[in-house]
Amino acid sequence: MSTATSRRNLLIFAPLGVALAGGTGFYLMLRGLQDGSFNPRGVPSVLIGRTVPEFSLPPLESSGLPTLASADLLNLPGPVVVNFWASWCVPCIIEHPHLMALHRRGVPVYGVNYKDRANDAQAFLTRHGNPYTRLGMDQPGRVAIDWGVYGVPETYILDRQGVVRWRWAGPITPELMSQDVNPLLDRLRA
Amino acid sequence: MKRLALVLALLASPALAQIGDTTYRLEDPTQEQRAREIGRELRCLVCQNQSIEDSDASLARDLRLLVREQIAAGASNDEVMRFVHQRYGDFVLLRPPVNTATLLLWATPVLALAGGLFAIWRIRRRGAAAAAGVGEVELTEAERARLAQIVPAPDSKGDHRA
Repeated sequence: MSTATSRRNLLIFAPLGVALAGGTGFYLMLRGLQDGSFNPRGVPSVLIGRTVPEFSLPPLESSGLPTLASADLLNLPGPVVVNFWASWCVPCIIEHPHLMALHRRGVPVYGVNYKDRANDAQAFLTRHGNPYTRLGMDQPGRVAIDWGVYGVPETYILDRQGVVRWRWAGPITPELMSQDVNPLLDRLRA
Repeated sequence: MKRLALVLALLASPALAQIGDTTYRLEDPTQEQRAREIGRELRCLVCQNQSIEDSDASLARDLRLLVREQIAAGASNDEVMRFVHQRYGDFVLLRPPVNTATLLLWATPVLALAGGLFAIWRIRRRGAAAAAGVGEVELTEAERARLAQIVPAPDSKGDHRA
């Protein structure tokens, strides 16, 4: 009789336990939202661990930059960053200084200009600076669809073999730079 | 009269919105029907709780066009779905596929039902056990004596009903 009673007494704590577990989960979600590690709307990239699909893009003539094709993303001397952007995209302006910083540090940043006009893209680069060593124009947005891009900006990090190791949908933040981008680039360069 | 016209116009606007994007329509009505069926199964990744057929986002428009292009080129429904799934993963499918990551999701109704049945079975068994216990357990001598103290024996002369 006494074991049954004590078991029933323990059962009283069950709702408390459920509430505690739920509360902990909710707290972790909120913290993740704050530091950017949890994104409920985030779509995981299918490309992680794979090489990029085959493509070739026209260049932005006025920039004089070489264009970008899938062949340029194989057998590389080191990791590269591929950034989808557009002049009409406000978060692209926010993340732009980080791309410039990567460029200054000698990390190749390749750009794919998404659904943009050549003049507008050029004006953006003239005004904010050009971080790209290669730049392709994807006006129809078809290459972006092949990559699984669902908005700009989106940033990918590829290793020497051209395998996608990291993808971020949204602007790059200082936290992302110090927690994800820089450590990964260091590791891939080693 | 003017007011009535306005009310009618306002009532009609959702109906007009239902017609949707007419830019990309296949000539062949059966092909267009197939394109819509596929489109309703694909999530718009920008607005996320709408299908690409319902969404006005530019990516949804692009995907609508892409679905129609592939159908016009002779692709089967499965081929079109696979094409989009290969690029955007499980997330793009409004009906999630059964795999290790979604097993719990799909099993939830079965698990909930099983849990309910188990609870009912437990409660019933406990009730039956309690009912059975009352009839079968013999009273000890001490209990019998105490009971006799409280309740007079049926053959006693005392008449407390009076």
